[in-house]
Amino acid sequence: MTVILNQSFTGISIGAVLLLIALGLTLTFGQMGVINMAHGEFIMAGAYTTYVLQKSISSAGVSLLVALPLAFLVAGAMGALLEWLLIRRLYTRPLDTLLVTWGVSLMLQQLARDLFGAPNVQTAAPDLLTGNISVAGITLANNRLFILGLALLCVLGLTLILRLTPLGRRIRAVVQNRDLAEVSGIATERVDRTTFFIGSGLAGVAGVALTLVGPIGPTMGTNYIVDAFLVVVVGGIAQLKGSVITAFALGVLQSVLEYSTTVSVAKVIVLVAIVAILQWRPQGLYTLRTRSLA
Amino acid sequence: MSGFSISRRGLLAGASALGASAALSACGAKTGSDTSSAGAKADTSGDTVKVGLLNSLSGTMAISEVTVHNALLLAVKEINAAGGVLGKKLKPISQDGASDWPTFAEKAQTLITDDKVVATFGCWTSASRKAVKPVFERNKSLLFYPVQYEGLEQSPYIFYIGATTNQQIIPALDYLKKQGLTKLYLVGSDYVFPRTANKEIRAYAKANGMEIVGEDYAPLGSTEFSTIVNKVKDAGADAVFNTLNGDSNVAFFKEYKSAGLTAKSLPVLSVSIAEEEVKSIGTQYLEGQLTAWNYYQTTPGAANEKFVKAYQAAYGKDKPTSDPMEAAYISVYLWKEMVEKAGSFDVAKVKAASDGIELDAPEGKVTVDGATQHVYKTARIGKVGSDGLITEVWNSGKPIKPDPYLKGYDWASGLS
Repeated sequence: MTVILNQSFTGISIGAVLLLIALGLTLTFGQMGVINMAHGEFIMAGAYTTYVLQKSISSAGVSLLVALPLAFLVAGAMGALLEWLLIRRLYTRPLDTLLVTWGVSLMLQQLARDLFGAPNVQTAAPDLLTGNISVAGITLANNRLFILGLALLCVLGLTLILRLTPLGRRIRAVVQNRDLAEVSGIATERVDRTTFFIGSGLAGVAGVALTLVGPIGPTMGTNYIVDAFLVVVVGGIAQLKGSVITAFALGVLQSVLEYSTTVSVAKVIVLVAIVAILQWRPQGLYTLRTRSLA
Repeated sequence: MSGFSISRRGLLAGASALGASAALSACGAKTGSDTSSAGAKADTSGDTVKVGLLNSLSGTMAISEVTVHNALLLAVKEINAAGGVLGKKLKPISQDGASDWPTFAEKAQTLITDDKVVATFGCWTSASRKAVKPVFERNKSLLFYPVQYEGLEQSPYIFYIGATTNQQIIPALDYLKKQGLTKLYLVGSDYVFPRTANKEIRAYAKANGMEIVGEDYAPLGSTEFSTIVNKVKDAGADAVFNTLNGDSNVAFFKEYKSAGLTAKSLPVLSVSIAEEEVKSIGTQYLEGQLTAWNYYQTTPGAANEKFVKAYQAAYGKDKPTSDPMEAAYISVYLWKEMVEKAGSFDVAKVKAASDGIELDAPEGKVTVDGATQHVYKTARIGKVGSDGLITEVWNSGKPIKPDPYLKGYDWASGLS
């Protein structure tokens, strides 16, 4: 029983990491339809922000808390710049976007290598986050709880923005029907840039969280980008709900399978399951019903 | 002199015009003239000879391999300051293997055919060594490999300066058995070294009344260890035998501590974590854990004091030295001794001269075993201290004869 509970928590914590890295993508890929291969490098930018901050702020706890908003701004600004420089010129050409952003991703990796050196670096975690708490025989690692909390907070924040604010209303309007939104007087270009800013900023926040579980390196983003796309594709693009459910489902599936088999076999089974799901629902688990003809 | 160098350039141009493959097949055609073909490729005509340094300067393995590269450069610098080898200065040519095995093979070929190096030093993971092995064998060029590995290999063109299994893993298992830690959980990266090492550990365990209660592999570079740590925790093991490589170790030990496991409750014996890795993983995650090597920064002796001092003077006084760094450092010196004994850079002559070459190394006395092209080394088990250094808790007393195919062990007869 404790095994099941322990593994469920592990799965949920893996899901939380998946959710955090995929959350930004639900906006830029899900809502806007931009295949941004450089999304992983925004994660990396967030992680390196933590690393740089920790050099000037000695307290690991304070630097982590400062890093969260700062990484959001740094990664968000990089995203907005990328959108303004390149992506907005390529909205009608998804394949070109893919190639261009992949190129950008390689350039950013090299930039990180030149700035911070090729070897991966580590940050110290605050003492509070290196321990664990035991509840009813199961061990909950504090850093995982923190990531879970952060992921849920981000989902909540994003939901509130999309549901309740004028900005959110405009974003939804543009997603549902770009032409109609534009003739209704919405500055779709500005909405695009803001959406991209938020989506990229969330990748930065994910980067901060990842420093708690692993090393920081120029290629760390590439480790996560595929998983992030999988979550969004399976969850159904254009739907936050789908990504949340998929992230946790994949996390639990992965950890349960990994416990009873091996890492590689678990990965294979998860990928096969994803292929099967996409055969059954090519549009993903959740789709947005709109009246647009497109 | 200038006329000579022009004609050499002409030769080079001709060779490159022919193309690398044509040059290779020409060498292959001259069977039996091992000496001349190797001489034709390695360029020893000038005042300097080039030596290749092949390490991952980027990617997941850079955490470890950059330090090996530094140690190699230090040895080359020292040898040059002392007059070089056979009166010629060494020019180090660095190539980045980028933690990617095909890249290693490609860069090895570049070093041999384009740079015409007299010898190459480097590689860390066995996967990279396996990738470059055919390249060095095809070109009849020498590689000095500085890292402990899984054994069961003996290429005529590789000198194995790190420990083979019977100089590291078997002494480590002996040590665990002596401590009464007989139920082991094996955790490793998913490639040739951990897989082979664990096969050997299983055979050892079966013959020695030890029990393997679990075995798990994570892809190289993997950072998700929560499930593996849960499995370790539930398996009822006495100790974990860790063959993870690179910075997967960072994620593994962070997770290990988060799960409430400590060196006291469930010790981990690692064979790929040395001083440099301790520092970058974080001492607080590793304190009290065990390692198996042939050298520690704290190993006593004048040769080691000199090495540590020289390394820290060159790269910073807070930089630790480690086993693979030391092996890399002495590999250049061992090669120098071989070349000087042979009186030639020629690969066949260097190989023939290798047997019995001795060196008062930082790790203690080492002797080259010409038959296996391995080195006699003393096994040492260490414990990570709060200062990030590793202190020895046990050693084998004398250098152990290398036995890459474990011929001296009955239980190993089924391995290949």
